[in-house]
Amino acid sequence: MRVTLERSALVKGLTHVHRVVERRNTIPILSNVLLRAADGTLGLRATDLDLEVTETVPAEVAQPGATTVPAHTLYDIVRKLPEGAQVSLSSSDDGTSVQLEAGRAKFTLQALPEADFPDLTAGDMDNSFTIEAGAFKRLIAKTQFAISTEETRYYLNGIFLHCTDGDDGDKVLRAVATDGHRLARVDITAPDGADGMPGIIVPRKAVAEIDRLIETSDSPLSIELSDSKIRFTIGAVVLTSKLIDGTFPDYTRVIPSGHDKILQVDTRSFERAVDLVSTVSSERGRAVKLSVGDGHVVLTVNNPDSGTAMEEITASYDAEPIDIGFNARYLLDIAGQLESSEARFELSDPGSPTLVRDGDDASALYVLMPMRV
Amino acid sequence: MSEADQIASLCRNCGATGAHGRCQTCGSARIVTHKELFRLGIAHIDCDAFFAAIEKRDDPSLRDKPVIIGGGKRGVVSTACYVARLNGVKSAMPMFKALAACPDAVVIKPNIEKYSAVGREIRQRMFNLTPQVEPLSIDEAFLDLTGTQGVHHASPAETLAHFAREIERDIGLTVSVGLAPNKFLAKIASDLDKPRGFAVIGTEESASFLHDKPVTIIPGIGPAMAKKLAGEGYHLLADIQRADPASLMKRHGEYGFRLYEMAHGRDNRRVDPDSERKSVSAETTFNEDIADLRALEVHLWRLCEKVSARMKAAELSGLTVTLKLKTASFATRTRAARLSDPTQLAGKLFEAGKHLLAHETDGTRFRLIGSGLSDLGNAEAADPADLADPDLGRKAGAERAVDKVRAKFGRDMVQRGLGFSPRPQSPDTRRKPDDAPGQKDK
Repeated sequence: MRVTLERSALVKGLTHVHRVVERRNTIPILSNVLLRAADGTLGLRATDLDLEVTETVPAEVAQPGATTVPAHTLYDIVRKLPEGAQVSLSSSDDGTSVQLEAGRAKFTLQALPEADFPDLTAGDMDNSFTIEAGAFKRLIAKTQFAISTEETRYYLNGIFLHCTDGDDGDKVLRAVATDGHRLARVDITAPDGADGMPGIIVPRKAVAEIDRLIETSDSPLSIELSDSKIRFTIGAVVLTSKLIDGTFPDYTRVIPSGHDKILQVDTRSFERAVDLVSTVSSERGRAVKLSVGDGHVVLTVNNPDSGTAMEEITASYDAEPIDIGFNARYLLDIAGQLESSEARFELSDPGSPTLVRDGDDASALYVLMPMRV
Repeated sequence: MSEADQIASLCRNCGATGAHGRCQTCGSARIVTHKELFRLGIAHIDCDAFFAAIEKRDDPSLRDKPVIIGGGKRGVVSTACYVARLNGVKSAMPMFKALAACPDAVVIKPNIEKYSAVGREIRQRMFNLTPQVEPLSIDEAFLDLTGTQGVHHASPAETLAHFAREIERDIGLTVSVGLAPNKFLAKIASDLDKPRGFAVIGTEESASFLHDKPVTIIPGIGPAMAKKLAGEGYHLLADIQRADPASLMKRHGEYGFRLYEMAHGRDNRRVDPDSERKSVSAETTFNEDIADLRALEVHLWRLCEKVSARMKAAELSGLTVTLKLKTASFATRTRAARLSDPTQLAGKLFEAGKHLLAHETDGTRFRLIGSGLSDLGNAEAADPADLADPDLGRKAGAERAVDKVRAKFGRDMVQRGLGFSPRPQSPDTRRKPDDAPGQKDK
């Protein structure tokens, strides 16, 4: 393989693929990025066996071929080269190393044979649809925070994506994530072709990667699905991930309905007040008590080790007064997702899940378990 | 003879000191004498036949009758009173055997709530003696009374004898006290003179006292370890006393050194009130090594039930689940996972343990499996409603219903009805209340 290309093109491609490569690997080849030169392009591919990202960048190919070199080292070198540099990569005759040259700089990198590089290529992708990248980014950005890290409940370690009827009866593409304490549910209008898709659980790492890869919101994002894998294509980047093989719990049963105590607060004032009083919270018990009464909410934190805090904000509320506790971190996480100026809490009692809505936006809702205070 | 060499003595009946033979003050024969009596400060206090004694206290007509606390016909003996013990009834004996040995025994179902309340009252009184109380269970604890002389105007021995009298007078129960220079010897001592005992093991005679005792007297040495030690030629503590500490350490690591120290009556563990309990666990060694995941799950499930029962009895919850495996070649693997909320349910413990186990069954043959919960907290925090498990409330209710049935009829009955085979996939879903005769108790 012998190829020459612009530093900027190579940096862009490596930026997209190198994050998949774990810093510590017991299998040496997984530390490497696959380089394949052919037809005026250089293909880059990295994988951790669960997730694979490929990108193709324009290049001058003097001799087609393929090899693999350490991904992070290559990325670090190319990143440090001056802007506008021309980078040339050539395999040694015996294939055990790659020579990198840019200007007067020269590097020799140890290479491993291309044939050893694992291939995550899926079989048949039965379902496929195209969606506006920005809409999809919204779907994951608003649910990502609720993904569980509890390893024994692996089926919660991702976003549950499925097609269903939305609250107003239209077909929606819905994302749900929960860790048992909070739950996020966000809908977008279902794109053509999504209707027949099975319910899938997209793992956390793939979610985070696709979130990063979507840089411009109006480009199209193509999604293909098989039984066990999902593939996203955006521009020249292709991300393929295994799906989590498990059953997502029936979230519809935990979304409360008919709660008649409606509390409406200014989102930003509320967020600021929670942040303020939680300053005295302990690391472990981060409970903040909301005392909701006519026209106001009093937020208190009582930490026996450090002190107490209290703040009051105005609110719209005309039901029976209620005291209810929540984890301050979770309240802030949810408040951070709310775009509307008004946060709407639908409460029942201090022991029941509370529904949080983003003003009158029906496409997103959050459920939060209260804490004993 | 100097004063220091005089044999110190204490009347347990009235608290007078310096008596020999009978107490000159009250005439009682309950005199405890020991050279180091007034110099020792570590005690182990253990209530005598605790559950049975409470029942006898509350129903005087039972006083002279053999009383067994335990499940029904198919259950096991939880506690036997001393009358029943004379007839050969022992703890953990199947009830039918106990009744064969002692047909006229009065069998009483355990009332754990009542016993817990009494246990708490006794513990509170221990804390009145010293903050250095390390509870071991509902009815026993270590106390470090070193340095309390100034507060109580009495030596630890006198304070303890006074405590035992108070418990008898105010609560109507008897305790046995072991007084020694350390926890290991104190625990042995409390057992020497039971019931209503007060035994002392001093530093000087500890090595000769332990000399002819079996290795199993050391806490943590069960049948498996005893067998291993016997294989190495260690049957009695005398064998370990004679051993080369280096070779013990070579074979048993740090524990080997502890063995050597304990065999000589030395134990430097502190009485630690905060170390109440760091974890609750159970383990079992198989008759034959097992590699099969399903077979291992069967054992795991039983252990989870055992751990869960202990957690429930101790009113605890735990956040971290531990799986322990020992391979046929004696390599230990320990795996842990943190739950999203503390639990005390066997079903949740099993779900997490099963997940950890699945990653370990790669054809390796195992000789032991263990399951445990740590990061302990109180039971109030256990198993809150879970958005990711809408059925949790129902499953928890089912498990508690089964617990009640077991308390009533003994664990074997429910075990069989809801047994493991053929596929122990999700035991808690099979334990629906409608499967269990105890649903009316829910």
